[in-house]
Amino acid sequence: MNKKVILLLSCLLLSISGVMAQGRKAICINEVMVQNDSNYIDDYGKYQAWIELFNSSFAPIEISSMYLTNDKNNPTMYPVPRMDVNTEIPPRQHVVFWADGEPNKGTFHISFELKPGEENWIGLYDADGKTLIDEVTIPAQLGSNESYARINDGVKCANEKDAWSIRNGEDTYVTPSSNNVVIEKNSKIDMFAKSDKKGFGMTILAMAVVFSALLLLSICFRVIGKINEEIAARKKMAATSSNVTTADGTKTSVDSGEEIAAITMALHEHLNMHDNEDLVLTINKVKKAYSPWNSKIYSLRQIPRN
Amino acid sequence: MELLDFLGQNLNDFWSFTGFANVTWEHMIMLLVGLFFIWLAIKHDFEPLLLVPIGFGILIGNIPFKVDAGLEIGIYEEGSVLNILYNGVSAGWYPPLIFLGIGAMTDFSALIANPKLMLIGAAAQFGIFGAYMVALALGFAPDQAGAIAIIGGADGPTAIFLSSKLAPNLMGAIAVSAYSYMALVPVIQPPIMKLLTTKKERVIKMKPARAVSQNEKIMFPIIGLLLTCFVVPSALPLLGMLFFGNLLRESGVTTRLAKTASNALNDIIVMLLGLTVGASTQASEFLTQDTLFIFALGFMAFIIASASGVLFVKIFNLFLPKHKKINPLIGNAGVSAVPMSARISNNIGLQYDPSNYLLMHAMGPNVAGVIGSAVAAGALLGFLG
Repeated sequence: MNKKVILLLSCLLLSISGVMAQGRKAICINEVMVQNDSNYIDDYGKYQAWIELFNSSFAPIEISSMYLTNDKNNPTMYPVPRMDVNTEIPPRQHVVFWADGEPNKGTFHISFELKPGEENWIGLYDADGKTLIDEVTIPAQLGSNESYARINDGVKCANEKDAWSIRNGEDTYVTPSSNNVVIEKNSKIDMFAKSDKKGFGMTILAMAVVFSALLLLSICFRVIGKINEEIAARKKMAATSSNVTTADGTKTSVDSGEEIAAITMALHEHLNMHDNEDLVLTINKVKKAYSPWNSKIYSLRQIPRN
Repeated sequence: MELLDFLGQNLNDFWSFTGFANVTWEHMIMLLVGLFFIWLAIKHDFEPLLLVPIGFGILIGNIPFKVDAGLEIGIYEEGSVLNILYNGVSAGWYPPLIFLGIGAMTDFSALIANPKLMLIGAAAQFGIFGAYMVALALGFAPDQAGAIAIIGGADGPTAIFLSSKLAPNLMGAIAVSAYSYMALVPVIQPPIMKLLTTKKERVIKMKPARAVSQNEKIMFPIIGLLLTCFVVPSALPLLGMLFFGNLLRESGVTTRLAKTASNALNDIIVMLLGLTVGASTQASEFLTQDTLFIFALGFMAFIIASASGVLFVKIFNLFLPKHKKINPLIGNAGVSAVPMSARISNNIGLQYDPSNYLLMHAMGPNVAGVIGSAVAAGALLGFLG
C-alpha cells in the first residue's frame, strides 16, 4: 500500500516538474536596445539599454529566480528577485529590464550593462542556473536608438538569425514593452470572409470533420464489438466444452437459453411443490438470547440483607 | 419649510432610483417574455428545469434600475453578485461542468451496440451549417455566423461555450434561443418527422440491440476521448468532461463521484446557468434586430437539423439489407436534445405501431448528437477562433 502511494506521489511530482519546466521555456528574449540615447525612459527618467522578455504561452509565468547574464562563464550574473508581484508575466505579455548595472534601483534594473559598438551576447537561464532557456547575440552594428527584435513575438527559427531583425525606429518601429507585430485582424476570419462568402467551404470542411470523427469512433467500436463477441463466444464454448453426448453418439450443446429456462422452471416447480395446500404456515421458534445488558440482576438495586 | 424641502428632495431622489422611474417599454416586453417562459414550464411542462430558471432570470435581469448610479447590481456591472455568477457563462466554464453531468448520467450502450447510429448524430449537424450559410447571407461576420449556427446542434451548453468564444456580444440571445428551441422540441420535430416519412417507414421494427459488456462501456469514454479530441482538440473542454463523467459512471469504482456529478453538481450548475443566462437578457442589450435574426436562424437551424437526420436515415436505408433497416423516426434524435428528441421518436413510433418501442434505438443517435455537436463546435472554434 505504501509503495503504491509513493509511486503515485512520485508520478505526480514528476508530472508537475515537467509542467513547470515546460512553462518557463515559453519565456524568451524578444527585443533588445543597446544604445538608448533618446528612445525609452526608465522609471528614474534616464535613457538606458534595455532587454525585453516575452511570455509566448497562454498562461502567466513567474520568472523570479531565473537569471539574466551577458557572460557565458557566469550564468547566474543577475538573479531576478523573488517576492515581487511584477515578475509574473501575464500570457502573451512583456517585461522590460534596464541594463544599467544598478540592481539596487529595483527588480528590473540588472547588474550588467550592454556595450555599444560590440557584439553583446545575452543569455536567460532557468532557476537552476544551468538550463539555458534562451540566448541572443546582438550584432555590433546596432546603432543608436535601434533595437534588435524578433520579427514575430516569441517565434523562434531553426536558424535563430532568421527570427530577428534590426529596427531603426523610423520605417520599422521600436516597441519596448509592446508587441513587435501589431495584430489588427483575425486572419482566419478574414480568410473565410473573403474566400467563402456563401459558407459552402465551411460546411464541407466542418461536416467532413464531424463525420470523420464519428466515423472513426463508429468503426473503432464496430471492431471492438466484433472482438468482444468473439471473446464471449469462446468463453461460452469453453464453459460448455463438456457438450452432452446423446445415445447415438452425436454431441449437442445444452447452452441454448430455452433449454436452460425449461430446466430452471422444472427445478423451481419441483422444489417448491407441496402436497395439496397452496399456503404453508410455519411457526418459527423465537429464541430470547441472554444478554447482560437486559438482565434485571444488573439493573435492579439489590436490597442489602441484614 | 426646510424640513419639507428636505423630505421632498429625498423622496424625489428615492423615486429616481425605483423601478417605476426607470422602466421602459423594452423592460416590460422582456418581463412578459420571462413570465411566458415560466408559464410554458409550469403549465405545459416544457423543459421546466431549464425554462423556470431562465424565465426567472429574465425577470431578475429586467428589473429597471438607475444604471448610472453605480449600485453594482446589474449582471454586466463588474463586481456585482450576478456578474460573479455570470462568469461561469462568460468565461465558458459552466458548459463543461454540465457536460460532466451529462456524461455521468448517460448510458452509451445503445450507441456501442449499434455504432453505425453515430452517423445519424453526425448528419444532424447539417442544421448548424445550413444556418451558418443563411447567417452569412444576412450579413453576419463568419465568427458571429458560426456562434449563431450552433443553435442547430440543439445543445444549450455547447451554444453558450462557442458563443462565449466567438461572439460574446450575442451570447445572451444565442443561449436563450438555443434553450427555447430545446424546450420546443416536442412542438417542432413531430410535423417534420411525419412530413418526411411514409407510413411504411414509420412501422419499421429494428432488431433489439445486443448486450454490451462492461469492458466496452469502460473503453468507450477513453477511446472516444482520444479519437475525437485528436481530430478536434478545440472540443476538449466539452468532450473531455463528457467522457470523464461517463468513465466515472461506467468504471464501477467511482459511483459516489458519478452520483455527485449527475445529481448535485449538475443541478447546481443548471440553476446558476439558467438564471444567469436569463438575467443576461437585459432589455437594452437584448431587444435588437440581431436578436430577432438569431431567433429566426435558430428556428431554421433546428428544422434543418431534424430534417437532415431523418433524410440521412432514409438514404442510409437504401444501402442496408432488409432485416437491418433503420426506422427513420429515430433520425430526428440526431440533434442532441437528450433525451427529449429520443422520447419523441418513441412516441411517434408508438402512434403508428403500439408494439414498436424505439426509445433505446433513438438514444444511440441522440447521444451521438451530443458528441457530434461538441465536435462541430470544436471545428468552428478551430476554423474561426
